[in-house]
Amino acid sequence: MRRLFALATVLALSVASAGAASAAVGLKPEARDWSFDGVTGTYDRNALRRGLQVYLEVCASCHSLNLVAYRHLGGVGFSAEEIKAIAAEFEVEDGPNEEGEMFTRPARATDPFPQPFANDQEARAANSGALPPDLSVINKARKGGANYMYALLTGYREEAPQGFEMMEGMSYNDYFPGHQIAMPPPLVEDGVEYADGTKASVEQMSADVTIFLEWAGEPGMEDRKRLGIKVLLFLLVLTAMLFALKRKIWADLH
Amino acid sequence: MATPTWNNPIVKWIDYRLPVFSFMHHELVDYPTPRNLNYWWNFGSLAGIVLVIMIATGIWLAMHYMPHVDYAFDSVERIMRDVNYGWLLRYVHMNGGSMFFIVVYIHVFRGLYYGSYKNPREILWIMGVFILLAMMATAFMGYVLPWGQMSFWAATVITSLFSAVPLVGDAIVSWLWGGFAVDNPTLNRFFSLHYLLPFIIFALVFVHLWALHVHKSSNPLGIDMKGPQDSIPFHPYYTIKDTFGLGVLMVIWMFFVFFAPNFFLEPDNYIEANPLVTPAHIVPEWYLMPFYAILRAITFDIWFIPAKLIGVVAMFASILILLFLPWLDTSKVRSAKFRPIYKQFFWIFFVDCLILGWIGANPPDALFMDTVPLLIIGQIGTAYYFLHFVLVFPLLGWLERPRMVPESISAAVVAAEPPAPGSV
Ligand code: HEC
Ligand code: HEM
Repeated sequence: MRRLFALATVLALSVASAGAASAAVGLKPEARDWSFDGVTGTYDRNALRRGLQVYLEVCASCHSLNLVAYRHLGGVGFSAEEIKAIAAEFEVEDGPNEEGEMFTRPARATDPFPQPFANDQEARAANSGALPPDLSVINKARKGGANYMYALLTGYREEAPQGFEMMEGMSYNDYFPGHQIAMPPPLVEDGVEYADGTKASVEQMSADVTIFLEWAGEPGMEDRKRLGIKVLLFLLVLTAMLFALKRKIWADLH
Repeated sequence: MATPTWNNPIVKWIDYRLPVFSFMHHELVDYPTPRNLNYWWNFGSLAGIVLVIMIATGIWLAMHYMPHVDYAFDSVERIMRDVNYGWLLRYVHMNGGSMFFIVVYIHVFRGLYYGSYKNPREILWIMGVFILLAMMATAFMGYVLPWGQMSFWAATVITSLFSAVPLVGDAIVSWLWGGFAVDNPTLNRFFSLHYLLPFIIFALVFVHLWALHVHKSSNPLGIDMKGPQDSIPFHPYYTIKDTFGLGVLMVIWMFFVFFAPNFFLEPDNYIEANPLVTPAHIVPEWYLMPFYAILRAITFDIWFIPAKLIGVVAMFASILILLFLPWLDTSKVRSAKFRPIYKQFFWIFFVDCLILGWIGANPPDALFMDTVPLLIIGQIGTAYYFLHFVLVFPLLGWLERPRMVPESISAAVVAAEPPAPGSV
């Protein structure tokens, strides 16, 4: 058995070192403490509200959020009235009406978030040829998840390091694979004016929008974990009882 | 074993015409089982239960899933967000795939360690190998259904392998695809087959159990049951032991479902499939990594046979060779307990499989400790994998001197007072 553990250790070490050798593409994001981590993790409601504001005021001009509709914002802690008000600030195209015409109307709670561009071509044309990805499940779609997102948003440098060739329209980012990213630094100091008066530093906004996007990727996470604790406690007790029963039934064999 | 007399009139009426109750009683209650099975014998019944759960959750997922390239990805997200407890169904099914392979791999290594494949259980073992092949095909096609980047590219890489077949390779590939690339027809047929294959596995498991019940379970000592003193009835002894094992599996499985549901998944699979963007490195799911490593280990042509073809043949051969194991192993002694040299080779083989898995997960041109290319390690690991079967197994049977095998199961159990923990 001890031999086995030794082998396992050697293996684990070698996996780690091979990983390091192949990942020379972007810095490894630092692990941060998030309120949604862990078995009892929840989304910080105030951060979610601020993050929604950052998304709507900054990111939404380039990135879609296809899987989220206004009605989902109930999960962020907004009341039905507030949701109606937020939706009403946006215009959507609807129709055709009885005359066969398309028309625009204020968005309703059941509408999905708006699309920033009419199509991918328009999106690329506006962004040095790069396509801003949909952000609905972005934290799940990147190694490092929320840590990567935060690192990416705070990882811009004004100048590329000496000798690093930059292409036209690109920005240097420590964490983006290959370091050249077609997204200009989206967040600047006081880029939004937070409704709750929090100081809008780049770090603050990055953390808030990261939490919001984590929520967008899995709005049901809190329910999942709450149910999980009950299920696991039940299973642990049941399994312990089954073990006792097994011992009792087998006892007459010796 | 005497047929029981039924008192309930309905049971009696049915049993007289179709003896299902007597059959169940015979195979699940009275069924004589060696008294010394350890916990490694739990994994067969665990695999059976996982299979049933996979079929049940799969059927419910299929009620909401849409096998179309334009809708598949979003329909999976709809299941996660809008279907009541859809996230639970999906996460149970998704992590269930990994649990299934963990359980079945333990089951297979149990067989390797205790020589369960030997006379008279060869057909039982061969059915197992067919089950394993069917499981891999099912899992591979299931991975394609959410239509993420890894789905699409894994499907492309694996189906393209068939182009290595001489002369008709390209024709086979476009026949598999139903077109000139992995596209909607491919997704449709994969969905159809992914739904079908588990039922074929179910039928194979039935035959597997039929064969099992002819000669009954082997046991850690690898000697036959010689009389009633060696066996205990399946119920209640093994029903309760298997139920307890199920509890432990559920704790582990549900931990992943509720607290780390995406642990086994590549993040790239949350990006919708895009035929124009190739991911930096394409990897199958963890349970297929060792075979992927064997596939990529062959980088040289032999004579006029292209490397790609040899790689494909080696990959399939690495599983099919298990079919011949009952005859490659020339030792008369079943259990590694009494085979001191084989016991060590067993662990070497086990570690070799882990190494191959690790190689499969990493790009072959990466370096180990900044010096050795992973490719070389993969090639050595592959060579050992096959040598273990064609050289070690036959030779050990002749060269090794096994230790004394006990007289009978009951003799060994009595001699071992007080019973070793975990042995019963
Ligand atoms: C001016 C348009 C624009 C704005 C505003 C913008 N982005 Fe982007 N974003 C892009 C483009 C273009 C890309 C694609 C970059 C590339 O592929 O090089 C991108 C890529 C990304 C990526 C993917 C990086 C990767 O690993 O592939 C993330 C995450 C992201 N943006 C988040 C955000 C967030 C969060 C905000 C709001 C704070 C935001 N973006 C605001 C244009 C924008
Ligand atoms: C869906 C997958 C499978 C199911 C449900 C299944 C089920 C079972 C069950 C219930 C048993 C009896 C309990 C036990 O010994 O653990 C068993 C025994 C056995 N299985 Fe499987 N099995 C599966 C896959 C396999 C595979 C892939 C192999 C080998 C390649 C295999 C080889 C064996 C052997 C050799 C035995 C007899 C063990 C002994 O008596 O020592 N099985 N199987």
